[in-house]
Amino acid sequence: MEGTQHPVATVRLVFLARLRDALGRQDETYPLDRPISVGALLEALRARGGPWERELAAGRAYKVAVNHEVVAAGAVVRPGDEVAVFPPVTGG
Amino acid sequence: MTVRVQTAPFDVEAEVAALRGGDARVGAVVTFLGTVRDINDGTAVATLELEHYPGMTEKALEAIVAEAQSRFDVYGVRVVHRVGPLAPTEPIVLVAVTSAHRADAFDACRFVMDFLKTRAPFWKKERTPDGDRWVDARVSDDDADARWG
Repeated sequence: MEGTQHPVATVRLVFLARLRDALGRQDETYPLDRPISVGALLEALRARGGPWERELAAGRAYKVAVNHEVVAAGAVVRPGDEVAVFPPVTGG
Repeated sequence: MTVRVQTAPFDVEAEVAALRGGDARVGAVVTFLGTVRDINDGTAVATLELEHYPGMTEKALEAIVAEAQSRFDVYGVRVVHRVGPLAPTEPIVLVAVTSAHRADAFDACRFVMDFLKTRAPFWKKERTPDGDRWVDARVSDDDADARWG
């Protein structure tokens, strides 16, 4: 289909490890019908208050991956994307 | 396969044999084996629970291996990382590298581990007598990553 209409109007949010425990969920379908920045998405999540505001506050150590690539706050999230939020990694 | 994430134990000898194969150019095989300690930051650890992000973890490991292959003169690189519950003394991760000479094999092996520590999405949770706790990332791991420039 032509134009800017996206076939899906959601993104999948994934929360991993300690952040999954702290936020009380491992994933969710989040409504999104147009591209926004990662920073704007995080702002919307922080607005939920409680652990969201606390855990995703600026200065807290966490990373965001869009479609499996770690990105900065200026990166763009598009409908259909998978966005993961997770603490610093501790493998090996 | 170059990169694997699995719950099952792995056989170091079999992994090395598969990586090395019959390649007569190989003069050096370096392996790193990471294992579970029973004490971390002064607390006894009964079990370690390793979590990953399926899909991204494999891609991240493949990217690290590709980077190692572009930086060092190596023939083969293999990474096997376990997830799930692991007891003290159990192997967690194997990195094996083959090259013509030892220097590149040592360097590439260390490079892969240093990058894995800071870039591959794995997380450790410790089961201790005082309850479960997520392991915090270490600043020393960031330093080890940074030394490669």
